Amino acid sequence: MSNLDAATEAIASHLHPTASYNLADHALPTGKEEIWRFTPLEPLRPVLEGASADAELAWSGELPEQVSHAELSKEDVVAAGAQAPFDRVAAVALDHAAQSARIDIPAGLEVADPIVIDAVGRGGTVYGRTLVNVGAGASVTLVLRHRGLANYGELTNIVVGDGARLNFVSVQDWDDGAVHAGQHSILIGKDARVKSVTASLGGKLIRLMETAKYAGTGGELEQFGVYFADAGQHSEHRLFVDHNLPNTVSNVDYRGALQGEGANAVWIGDVLIRKVAQNISTYESNKNLLLTDGCRAESVPNLEIETGDIQGAGHSSTTGRFDDEQLFYLRSRGIPEAEARRLVVHGFFADIIRRIGVPEVEQRLLAVLEKELDAVGLPAANNEEN
Amino acid sequence: MSTLEIKDLHVEVETEAGPKQILKGVDLVIASGEVHAIMGPNGSGKSTMAYSVAGHPKYTITQGSVKLDGVELTQLSVDQRAKAGLFLAMQYPIEVPGVSVANFLRTAKTALSGEAPKVRTWVKEVNEAMSRLGLDETFSSRSLNEGFSGGEKKRNEIVQLELLKPKFAILDETDSGLDIDALRIVSEGVNRYMAEGGHGTLLITHYTRILNYIKPDFVHVFVDGRIVTEGGPELAENLEVEGYDRFVKMAAAA
Repeated sequence: MSNLDAATEAIASHLHPTASYNLADHALPTGKEEIWRFTPLEPLRPVLEGASADAELAWSGELPEQVSHAELSKEDVVAAGAQAPFDRVAAVALDHAAQSARIDIPAGLEVADPIVIDAVGRGGTVYGRTLVNVGAGASVTLVLRHRGLANYGELTNIVVGDGARLNFVSVQDWDDGAVHAGQHSILIGKDARVKSVTASLGGKLIRLMETAKYAGTGGELEQFGVYFADAGQHSEHRLFVDHNLPNTVSNVDYRGALQGEGANAVWIGDVLIRKVAQNISTYESNKNLLLTDGCRAESVPNLEIETGDIQGAGHSSTTGRFDDEQLFYLRSRGIPEAEARRLVVHGFFADIIRRIGVPEVEQRLLAVLEKELDAVGLPAANNEEN
Repeated sequence: MSTLEIKDLHVEVETEAGPKQILKGVDLVIASGEVHAIMGPNGSGKSTMAYSVAGHPKYTITQGSVKLDGVELTQLSVDQRAKAGLFLAMQYPIEVPGVSVANFLRTAKTALSGEAPKVRTWVKEVNEAMSRLGLDETFSSRSLNEGFSGGEKKRNEIVQLELLKPKFAILDETDSGLDIDALRIVSEGVNRYMAEGGHGTLLITHYTRILNYIKPDFVHVFVDGRIVTEGGPELAENLEVEGYDRFVKMAAAA
């Protein structure tokens, strides 16, 4: 166990957040804290203060018969030991959740079709507590789709067993007034391979803390994200990959498009490479495309390196308008400007969307992308010349 | 019979120290059926001419005109110039992630001809053009120029030339960075384009090497933003022996 002790040793740093199961350890934010300074707190008041839950999300979906589900207590979550809450919303949700789900995917189960679960809000304050266990050697795709309206605070822990393969897709396809804050954490077993895709499309405010760490050596994480922020929307993704064991891999690629007055996106990419984490490899990338005036993107990659004995570590972040050279190239082949812009934006996201591997989710995202492009006044392909 | 007529072209580029004049009055007439080579030392303004004629936003035309069959190109947008029949093969073709070569080619062809090409014949045409340039079929599903080697990018430019069939092609140092085999393959593509008839080519190069494969009808020497001398293919041979030095000194003395 000495290895694990070293692996979870606290490291003094303001860069990555501190976790605790105890709600008292997560003070009500003032907005000045590093982890809260980019977030508008007003819409989050109910789920931060722990307003009593007065609603539930309607969950539906078909689980394969070998997959079981059950209620889940806070004690179950603590006992599973995957990941304690990193912020107050997740801690409140863990304590207050009236709605909970524990999903167990047995060891060795291979499911070709994606398991799609819909969670639909009908207004009100909702807390959710979810634990997914993916048994050793299992291979599944799990899609979680959020729709409707709610003030939703949640904690979702996913434990991926040794040698398992998980493709986890979380879609935030909320109605305009929805607020969704919380934490998705993945614990990656020995030699397990995890691909996660987060797509945040709608809602007034989305703030997801997405974290990963390793329960064994040789684990691999590929983490993709797509987000669209429109006028008055706040879309925040706070990533933390904890390379707490040797020979582990992480690759992160998040892309967003913003348009309209007050459209706001925040991306934080924290990576911690601990002393024991020799021979790891990590790369994080975030790209933002500003489609109109009046929108704002924050992009903050942080790399903390406690050992130099690694394969590689890097990050990149770009935020900008259209690339003039790309537009010139396309237009010099006769493609009208509006269509050239559309091609560029399409390409920007198609690169990520095609990796989802769940056709109905890919199609939904492409349809939303079309709507985004319509809203900026970019006509459908081959329409006419401007 | 088409004509590309560049007249008294003056071009500025914005620099930190203010606008800088690069082209100082260029006159050049190309008729279809002709290959013109433009040669000259680095920094003489050859690429500036290519990009300003194509309409790159970095360059400002302050004086002069560029007419294609009587149509004033300088008044048109970049894509309208292409639609008028102009094509620029770039020295450094741009990468466009997530846009496949096939999608790009179809979109360009549709935009230029005003209607979508017939699926069955078009795919065949694309595959044949790529294969003639030594690019296998997998390239059509790859992102445009992304991860292509320098040589592959140049081949891809000539694939576009053959498929889009512009009236006039400006090739901006298409030969740079090519090995001997690639140079021959790319040159053959340009020669096929010329052999179709009704097309003209403006070939910008530093070196006479490519002129062994693509025979120019006229050679122009570019120094300090102007054409300082012109002649037939024999001029290129002289340059190979004498270099640009004589012309640079001449321009400096003028």
